[in-house]
Amino acid sequence: MTASRLSPPARVLITKIGLDGHDRGSRIVAAYLRDAGMEVIYTPPWQSIAAVVKLAMEEDVDVIGVSSLATDHLIVPKLMEALRDAGLGHLGVVVGGIIPEDERPALLQAGVSAIHGPGSSREQIVEHVAALAAAVREIKNAELREIVP
Amino acid sequence: MTKEAVQLSLPEFEQAHGRWRADYGRQIGSDRVIRNRSGIEIAPLYTPRDRNGNGFLEKVGFPGQYPFTRGIYPTMHRGRTWTQRQLIGLGTPQDYNKRVRLVLDAGGTAISLLPCNSGFRGVDCDEVDPVLLGTCGTVVNTADHMDEALDSVPLGRISTAMNDPSPFTLLAFLLVVAKRRGVPWTAITGTSNQSDYLSHFIANHMFYRLSLPGARRVLVDHVEFCRKHVPNWNPVSVVGQHMQQAGATPVETMAFTLSTALQYAQDCIDRGMDIDVVLQRFTFFFDISISFFEEVAKFRAGRRIWARLARERLGAKDSRSWRFKFHGQTSGVDLTEQQPLNNIARVTVQAIAGIVSGLQSLHTDAYDEAITTPTEETARIAVATQNILREEAHLCDVIDPLGGSYYVETLTDQMEYEMEALIAKIDEAGGMYKAAEAGLIQSMIGQSALAFQEKVDNGEEKIVGVNCYQSQEEAHRARATERPDLDRMMAHVARFKAYKEERSQADVRRALDALARAANDAHENVYAPVVEAAEAGVTHGEIVSCLRAELGFGHPLVAV
Repeated sequence: MTASRLSPPARVLITKIGLDGHDRGSRIVAAYLRDAGMEVIYTPPWQSIAAVVKLAMEEDVDVIGVSSLATDHLIVPKLMEALRDAGLGHLGVVVGGIIPEDERPALLQAGVSAIHGPGSSREQIVEHVAALAAAVREIKNAELREIVP
Repeated sequence: MTKEAVQLSLPEFEQAHGRWRADYGRQIGSDRVIRNRSGIEIAPLYTPRDRNGNGFLEKVGFPGQYPFTRGIYPTMHRGRTWTQRQLIGLGTPQDYNKRVRLVLDAGGTAISLLPCNSGFRGVDCDEVDPVLLGTCGTVVNTADHMDEALDSVPLGRISTAMNDPSPFTLLAFLLVVAKRRGVPWTAITGTSNQSDYLSHFIANHMFYRLSLPGARRVLVDHVEFCRKHVPNWNPVSVVGQHMQQAGATPVETMAFTLSTALQYAQDCIDRGMDIDVVLQRFTFFFDISISFFEEVAKFRAGRRIWARLARERLGAKDSRSWRFKFHGQTSGVDLTEQQPLNNIARVTVQAIAGIVSGLQSLHTDAYDEAITTPTEETARIAVATQNILREEAHLCDVIDPLGGSYYVETLTDQMEYEMEALIAKIDEAGGMYKAAEAGLIQSMIGQSALAFQEKVDNGEEKIVGVNCYQSQEEAHRARATERPDLDRMMAHVARFKAYKEERSQADVRRALDALARAANDAHENVYAPVVEAAEAGVTHGEIVSCLRAELGFGHPLVAV
């Protein structure tokens, strides 16, 4: 198991936006990341995009994991736009769940870092999120150095 | 029976059994411990010795007789095969109507309406992002929408299940449509498929709309109203499906479901209702996983426990009240996104498990269930799967065909024992309502889900195409996903908005006031004004929002 080596540990928001409530996957992924040493902020399903942006800001997360099993991924590009508008465009966003092949490019083009569909292993998910969080932390630290030299 | 008992005493039996044990031990090499999904260790062979052969009548008996282990009717599928009830939900009411007709033409014998996720959230179509509308269910927000959805469907002759969580607006719309068409409510048959608010609170966060105490009261009101005015409607469907889909093992699922049924029955008794009147319209709704024998044992054990609980604990006197009537749905979580055509084979195995377990009605998943809302083609194959099993496979010739199998009877007993232990644990916690409120059930399900996933991850549980036999050739995955036509959906929303402007606002106000008043008066039945509001042109979202304001908003308890 790759543990998150960041200090303080990577902060990851696991959430579901839109209307769907299937949360078995998001709960399992949250447990995976937590067990790998990350700090997981977990929300119930049906968050509004505005609520996710606000929470991401307040909790100073590095990565947002959005789980979609019943077409909510269709509004993920709107989440990406809202994050950019809020000055959080540097956060990593990962999507998991059921994303039909032909609807994946739109998410990746919108800035989603990766899509973990069915069959993704625990290792793949943990490693990717850890690496993404590390990259985001670099950007955040660079910004901080600019503000507080 | 006697013959078996005699055989057991024969030294030849002991000798042969001993010889087999020795041969098996020598040839198998290092044997591994096999446990089913419920954690019960499975032996390589079962013989008459594994089960106490005594108590045939008490434990196994005859179909249609207490404790109904072998089925709830004397004739079972030989007399009448199961109802072929496909769950359908897509697009606009017109899209639904088109699909319903296709499924009925293909051999469906009853229908089931699944509303759009926006409906499940308790809101109308003009309150959400239009790209999400109709992707997973049909947008039905008014009685007019229901009328369009059921155009030329003969109400009163065809059973119409509604996936209709509290406060049961879809049934209200259906009753309004029946009235318009001159069909008496006494002729309306079907089931409120999503009446089990506890299962929503615990495991299916699609549906949770009202606070727990509010939902508890509305359910009893709903039962009371239906028993009085819609006597052939099943107002209660206790749902094990959500919990098993969320990760509960088959044993946990059955125990939790029976505990839930006990809770609802007790709530009706506390209201002063006659338990025999209540229980005859109790139904159950389960997932059928691919763990074949375990599912068969699950249903047989569940049937036996329920008969005992209904008779002995709830005091029902009419034998019809002891019957465990259930609808089965082939399990979606067993299906894979990878190599999706393989799902046809999985659905077939699941369906056989349900059929030989003596289910009353069946939904078979389309093979693209794990990816998207079924297309016409995949929906047709799902229906055909049932047709083939019913017409070609001779599954209906013999009642409880696996009964008497040393393995199945032993497993039925073992699972019954485990289920009863869990039911006792929930009793200790004060019953299902309190156990759910405290998060006890949620945490057990969460642990089981994680344990199963770990077995998939480490290869202990194999899934073809996922952790073995993976294939790179998955051209079919590139198929364009069917989504509702956005322009037509926007037109539907526009018509809905215009409808809201044009209806009599005074009638709407009056109906909502009456609903709010009833909600605040514990002596009133709150479901009667729900139906009246539907008739006055009040929308789904308006009814839910009124009751949410009066009875409290439902938030799930989410445990990681």
